Amino acid sequence: MSQQNAVEVIDVSKNFGVFQALRSVSFDIQENEFFTMLGPSGCGKTTLLRMMAGFETPDTGSLRLQDRDIVDIPPHKRRVNTVFQSYALFPHMSLEQNVAFGLENLGWDKARIKARVGEMLERVHMDQFAKRKPAQLSGGQRQRVALARALAPEPQVLLLDEPLSALDLKLRQAMRDELRSLQRDTGITFVFVTHDQEEALDMSDRIAVLGSGEVQQIGTPSQIYEEPVNRFVADFVGETNFFDVDVLEANDNKAKVRTPFGQVIEIPAPVDVSRGKATLSIRPEKLNLGDQVQGIDFTAEVRHKHYLGGYTHYVLDAGGTEIRASRRNASREGDTISVGSQVHVGFVQNSARVLAS
Amino acid sequence: MSTKHDVKRYPGLGALSVAFFVYLYAPLLVVIIYSFNANRITGVWTEFSVKWYGSALNNKALMAALETSLIVAVIATVVATSIALMAALAIIRGKNVRFRKVSETVVNLPLLLPEIVLAVATLILFSLIGLQNGLLKLVIAHSAFCTPFAFLPIRARLQGMSLDFEEAATDLYATRWTTFRRVTLPLIFPGLFSGAMLAFLISMDDFITSNMLASGGSTTLPVYIFSLIRAGTSPELNAIATLLIVASLILATIALTVASRGARDDI
Amino acid sequence: MSDTAHTAHASAGASPARRRPLNLAYLGLLPSWLIMGFALLLPILIVAAVSVSTRGAYGGFEWGFDLTGYSQILFNEGWEGEMEFTPQYLIIILRTIVLAALTTLLCLVLAVPVSYFIAQQSSSRKALLVYLVTLPFWMSLILRVYAWMIILGKDGPLPRFLEVFGAPSGLSLMYNDGATLAAMVYTYIPLMVLPVFASIEKLDGTLIEAAHDLYGNRWVTLRRVILPLTAPGIISGAILVFVPALGAVLEPILMGGGKQMMMGSLIQLQFGGGRNWPFGSAIAVMLLVFVMIVLIILALRAARKEAAA
Repeated sequence: MSQQNAVEVIDVSKNFGVFQALRSVSFDIQENEFFTMLGPSGCGKTTLLRMMAGFETPDTGSLRLQDRDIVDIPPHKRRVNTVFQSYALFPHMSLEQNVAFGLENLGWDKARIKARVGEMLERVHMDQFAKRKPAQLSGGQRQRVALARALAPEPQVLLLDEPLSALDLKLRQAMRDELRSLQRDTGITFVFVTHDQEEALDMSDRIAVLGSGEVQQIGTPSQIYEEPVNRFVADFVGETNFFDVDVLEANDNKAKVRTPFGQVIEIPAPVDVSRGKATLSIRPEKLNLGDQVQGIDFTAEVRHKHYLGGYTHYVLDAGGTEIRASRRNASREGDTISVGSQVHVGFVQNSARVLAS
Repeated sequence: MSTKHDVKRYPGLGALSVAFFVYLYAPLLVVIIYSFNANRITGVWTEFSVKWYGSALNNKALMAALETSLIVAVIATVVATSIALMAALAIIRGKNVRFRKVSETVVNLPLLLPEIVLAVATLILFSLIGLQNGLLKLVIAHSAFCTPFAFLPIRARLQGMSLDFEEAATDLYATRWTTFRRVTLPLIFPGLFSGAMLAFLISMDDFITSNMLASGGSTTLPVYIFSLIRAGTSPELNAIATLLIVASLILATIALTVASRGARDDI
Repeated sequence: MSDTAHTAHASAGASPARRRPLNLAYLGLLPSWLIMGFALLLPILIVAAVSVSTRGAYGGFEWGFDLTGYSQILFNEGWEGEMEFTPQYLIIILRTIVLAALTTLLCLVLAVPVSYFIAQQSSSRKALLVYLVTLPFWMSLILRVYAWMIILGKDGPLPRFLEVFGAPSGLSLMYNDGATLAAMVYTYIPLMVLPVFASIEKLDGTLIEAAHDLYGNRWVTLRRVILPLTAPGIISGAILVFVPALGAVLEPILMGGGKQMMMGSLIQLQFGGGRNWPFGSAIAVMLLVFVMIVLIILALRAARKEAAA
């Protein structure tokens, strides 16, 4: 970590009345990183983003932008720009005027502004609409203009507040690629806020999962998905099954546990797991079903079956515990499991994870 | 879309509504028609004539009253709209403002209280403090009761306007003043405009207060018209009324068009 | 690496006092407080004071505590100082309340069906009709009353029309409570239609369909679905009409003539020809109290609803 940090969040707390939006949150965002704050609504992610932009002030703690404390700096003096969830394109100005707005306030000269506006609109493929008003654009087009407007002043950090949430599914997926390549090409640090875990996993270099005003975990997308540090993260990101287990022994990120099906196995665990009651988490796609299965093995009854084309989801009953499993339909005749039948369920040890209860 | 059993339709509504609009406009039409009557007696039609328009336009007292009304209305509109704009910005956009609700009620008070009470109240006040200048009395009173009419459309517009635009402006390095001038003001303009128009019309139209405060040299148009009505209906009065109806029609159309165009903007 | 969140940082800059710029909001409110305070609140206090003062010898008033202004509403002081009950002002007060209530009721009866009809039209026709409803409101009030003087007056269109059906010639329908009522309904109706229309337009059409689907006929649907859901618009329309109707001045003066006074025209008279300021102020205070009672009842209702929600 010899790199300079783009943003440092240091021990930040914020209350709105009795509601604790943020409880002493600390983390760093590195230069040139696509950093995502992921969490359910009310987790504090938008509050944090708005603090970086300067629209909220922390009750305690501080924020640093490239080694400079910015808490007392008003929004118009911070070299950060925001892509608003609503885009907030000025309806009375043309696209050109919208993109030029920030540059004018920075005091650029006219020729330079003109060149930069043209360049940015071209960059987002909106140059032919330069004279139009925002009302004449589709949602996807507005999104691009909002990006161009925020990127034009070359901010030190670009803040994106759920920018894809207003778009339809197809467009959203196309915009993910576009956002990602914009970030790579410009080298600007992106701080992205979303509640959509798929978006977060797809685009981010690193993800901070926030829940109830606290950072639950920070890591790469695969760390977040495969090595969740607690129940909240395992539950919020992706789907999972939880079982109650007894931890017999725990050390070195490993724990020896007794499963509800009788076996004693050793599986990965975060450091805070200790002897006693704990939770075992295993993702539905990590379970394999059939007459013969690999790894740890138990039997269950098929309760419901949801055929979804590419996948089939099963709801199983293993001695009173509900389990969800999913199987890819790799061949046409693949699905031979019927509702009411008994199946073997298995998983390999390192695909499961033990979490503190 | 119309079917035999459109449950949302009630029989007879159409006819009733047509009758309603006839009711709304027939009286105005009657005044307009009679203004072209050559006969001095309003109710007795003889022949078509525009001579009463000539005598209306040559009526010096009428023109003086119109001038007084315009002076008072223009000043009161500027004052009331400025006060209303400042109050609306403070109430809707201000942070940590105490007395927000009370302030809003105070601004709207002239709407809630009977005008005749306010009229006699200002009359007593001005006589107590010995204020003599007729125009000044009118301007002060009109500015006060026009303020809520200017306030309501501005407030509505400001409240309907997402904070995002102003935040986006500051995010793009605009100072407070730049944000106000280049974003807030243009976006609330339709509200500001219809507020000012309303204030102007209310001031032009005011009778109760103006009549109470009227003194020599400060007779406004409605007060003058009232004195004409008191003297008896006349075709010249009908011509004056017609001219004013047409003027209001034009002003109202402009104001309502601007307001509805503004409402269509996506803010 | 995955647990950077819990790495302890030096808690720098944890001072609780953040930038607190001068709150411009209070500066913005100042002018409105000043003008309302000077031209509205202060004068109303003075009216209240004058209402308990003594009538001046040559009009106006003299400071001093005297309830004559109020007692005059019910009693007339005879030659020898005896108090004699006189109903004339009580009748004016009752007329004011009855006419204002009737105006509100008639406006409502007209406004609900018309608003419903407008709400059903296509959006361009809707805009046109709303414009047509609004338009008269922009025209001078005095001219709108004047139009009714012509219509109802001697040789006016309505008496002429009635002559066809055998009414005596030279009939005038002016100078009675009916004439005042006609002008009041006419002048205040836009204030009722607009809010009622706004709430009817917001009404979800499928609710009406659902009511019919559940075996309700048109009458049941109107009574149990449409009216309850448009109640907020109806109530605000009723205030917008009732409050100014209580204070009506021009309509009773021009349409009712000298005899059929309302509180508004009575006050006007006391500060004009009558020159009895304490009595006029007492009536003004009464009128103010009536309006306040209506507004307070409604405010309490609104507060109760808010608390329930």
